[in-house]
Amino acid sequence: MNANEQGLRQIGTRPPRPDGVDKVTGRARYGADYTLPGMVWGRVLRSPHAHARILGIDASAALALPGVLAVVTAEDFLAEPKGDVASGEAEIESGDLSRNVMAREKALYHGHAVAAVAATTPRIAAAALAAIRVDYEPLPAVLDLDAAMAPDAPLLHADMFTRGVDPEPRAASNVAAITTFQRGDLDAGFAAAEVVVEGTWCSPMAHQGYIEPQACLACVGPGGEVEVWCSTQGPFMVRASVALLLGLDVADVRVIPTEIGGGFGGKTTVYLEPLAVALSRKCGRPVKMQLSREEVFRATGPASATRAWVKIGARADGTITAMDARLEYDAGAFRGSPFIPGAMSIFACYDVPNQRAVALDVVTNKPKVAAYRAPGAPQAILASECALNELAARLGIDPIELRLLNAAREGSRTIYGAAFEAIGLVECLEQARRHPHYAAALQANQGRGVAAGFWFNAGLQSSAAVHLTENGKLLLEEGSPDIGGSRAAMALIAAETLGMPYASVKPAVVDTSGIGYTDLTGGSRTTYATGYAVIEACRDLIAKLCARAALEWGVDAARVGWRDGAACHPDAPGTTLDIVALTRLAARTGGPLSGYGSVNLKQVAPAFAVDIADVEVDPETGASRVVRFTAIQDAGRAIHPDFVEGQMQGGAAQGIGWALNEEYRFDARGVLENPGFLDYRMPVASDLPMIDTVIVEVPHPGHPLGVRGVGEAPICAPMAAVTSALNQAAGTSIRVLHLTPSRVLAAIGARG
Amino acid sequence: MSIHVRTRINGQAQEFLCEPDQSALQVLRDTLGLTGSKEGCNSGDCGACSVLLDGTLVCACLVLGAELEGRSLATIEGIAEGGRLHPVQQKLLEHNALQCGICIPGIVVAAKALLDHDPDPDETAVRYWLAGNLCRCTGYDKIIRAVLDAAATMRASGGAP
Repeated sequence: MNANEQGLRQIGTRPPRPDGVDKVTGRARYGADYTLPGMVWGRVLRSPHAHARILGIDASAALALPGVLAVVTAEDFLAEPKGDVASGEAEIESGDLSRNVMAREKALYHGHAVAAVAATTPRIAAAALAAIRVDYEPLPAVLDLDAAMAPDAPLLHADMFTRGVDPEPRAASNVAAITTFQRGDLDAGFAAAEVVVEGTWCSPMAHQGYIEPQACLACVGPGGEVEVWCSTQGPFMVRASVALLLGLDVADVRVIPTEIGGGFGGKTTVYLEPLAVALSRKCGRPVKMQLSREEVFRATGPASATRAWVKIGARADGTITAMDARLEYDAGAFRGSPFIPGAMSIFACYDVPNQRAVALDVVTNKPKVAAYRAPGAPQAILASECALNELAARLGIDPIELRLLNAAREGSRTIYGAAFEAIGLVECLEQARRHPHYAAALQANQGRGVAAGFWFNAGLQSSAAVHLTENGKLLLEEGSPDIGGSRAAMALIAAETLGMPYASVKPAVVDTSGIGYTDLTGGSRTTYATGYAVIEACRDLIAKLCARAALEWGVDAARVGWRDGAACHPDAPGTTLDIVALTRLAARTGGPLSGYGSVNLKQVAPAFAVDIADVEVDPETGASRVVRFTAIQDAGRAIHPDFVEGQMQGGAAQGIGWALNEEYRFDARGVLENPGFLDYRMPVASDLPMIDTVIVEVPHPGHPLGVRGVGEAPICAPMAAVTSALNQAAGTSIRVLHLTPSRVLAAIGARG
Repeated sequence: MSIHVRTRINGQAQEFLCEPDQSALQVLRDTLGLTGSKEGCNSGDCGACSVLLDGTLVCACLVLGAELEGRSLATIEGIAEGGRLHPVQQKLLEHNALQCGICIPGIVVAAKALLDHDPDPDETAVRYWLAGNLCRCTGYDKIIRAVLDAAATMRASGGAP
């Protein structure tokens, strides 16, 4: 049912975003754009070793420099903070969070923070860093999965014993955990198979690549009250993290989210904020800190490098009988790669009775990974979807047909136990099959790949408040930073629910002291959960408006209806009081009019996407490019279709980049060799074609409007679609990404 | 030793003091409070600090503050004249072509520079012209469409923004 059929008037339209003018004129203020009187500058000293014991730090020479106001080291943070921070999809334990923001016993990766300074100018701060003496004992570093898992591997953490192994291991290991999801009987499934495909696909460590480096401004007052302005996906996460690491009460910490210049999961944890607060507390001045691009690459969470082995068996008619996977995720320096969601999502598209996914979380001397858009899923789905395309070729069955034969539907059970409610995978596959792109002729040296992707889409906790102004406009307050146009979605939802014009709704992302707790902008949850809270807040307001009208009319409030932005008299058809009229009556009917909504949505809102990619390969150079791309996705309900399409297009571009362009390259000492946009080559405008989109709307049963969330599913399948397309174009079977010209050329040469 | 610089920024005479190694971007953002130009890389790779120096598109992070002496600089703050949005700005809004928006000041300045010198670019020309402006959110699709639409609008109205 589309928006119109459901009687929706504003949901599904495409008005300009409320914050748009500020953003096209340079007025919008991002993390690095704030200053305060008396402000000083903070900088971070970073480890020159990938693995080293810290024997001592002497900051006396730095502190003696004129203009240097404070130095902090690990001693200024709690070593074993008590409590957890809800960081959404990016797991990190409290003690590890403390050690990641500031190295304690050891530096665990090149670029790991070991001290921070505050000084009156950036220049003096830089000089102070050079004056800090750190006594290191360099240790051998482990830089990839094989080195980390070798029997005699140097250990990052002497107290790390592999979780999930029975009996509990006696020897410490770099394997932080192993987990297995399984249903059915794998042996029986493979015994029933007539065709089996098997292989190992590797994807590189890649960065979220947000254009705005992390930045913050912290101010600790004489009474200990803390204010932090920062660019983050989760102001409440920052509040909790700062309080946790510095032993503060969350009620004494106010976090003011600035506009955010991209995150993609990378801003779901803290790097600078605890340091800036600690420095400000020490020197009594506001402290501003911002990362350089090089620091962003070296020391903020990239996505895991992953090795994914997959085996799939099927009958000759295309019925898949068994799917098996072993997924090894490089977590970087601390446990907490997205190995669990990777294992849960890899086979979610398929209703196959026998499935298993074993996943490992492996630490290495590289930066601690952070969430990156559907964390863990693209790397896993690369393997399963490429394997399915190989299976389709072996069986002589169209790859979309093969997926339709085995597609998950309502009632299908997943590897993690849950059964799906209404989902839109089949609809997406059917849209793909009938799309003109799928039937279009390919030119010489071109290939076509299709792939399907899945992501859970979180619900969790959100708050929203609405207030009517004295002239009948609506102020809408939310705690979810707007990272991609969500203010527009919230305003549309409020306008629709109340029956008032979109232009009369003024949404604002407010600080942590201005709204109830809200989980971070991540997990594709903002339009789903915060949007739900907005509906609740508007319903609360409507109930009050009806009660005011009832008072005015002298009737029972329960009998007053609400339609088209007005209260309707129960006994006098046509007699109404609209929002403006009720606002005028507010003072004498009970005072200002507000509504409040808060939700904790425990249910996920599964989203599926299908991509079609055409790739052209130059057989003489091995260079490749995507020449056509179509992204199809079930949004449940597209509140604002422009921004839904934008998510689909952006996710496609990131997946294309991960396949064709992007990779962290480390030297033998663990030093990142490409910590800049010149050498870490994200797609630029001339690399890409237009990205066609098809929005499918199979309403999510757990949301009044059917919203599923859209942000993450778009990145799940492009890597697989592009890899399959390239291999078809070049006649190769490359399984190690990214698909550099030299790798492609070598594979073409080996093909003969 | 600080250097005394006299320049013009967005049509206004401007004086400032800067250090010899300070970039024009640092001067704009930290000294003059013109924070519309963004620092994404400080190496000329992302284009978020795109400005027009005597009409030529440059990255402010690659220009020294001292080099502004006697020159004329246009920044994102000066693109909308008298509060009236430039067609590129208007079309970016209408196409909802921005998500986080951090790259948009640079895109606006770069696209304006393109249309100043080529009123009728095709898609390929727009893509190559904007290849120096990284956007991680949008996949560029709606941005390219918005710039092409702005060009068409400007041609229809006789080239005046």
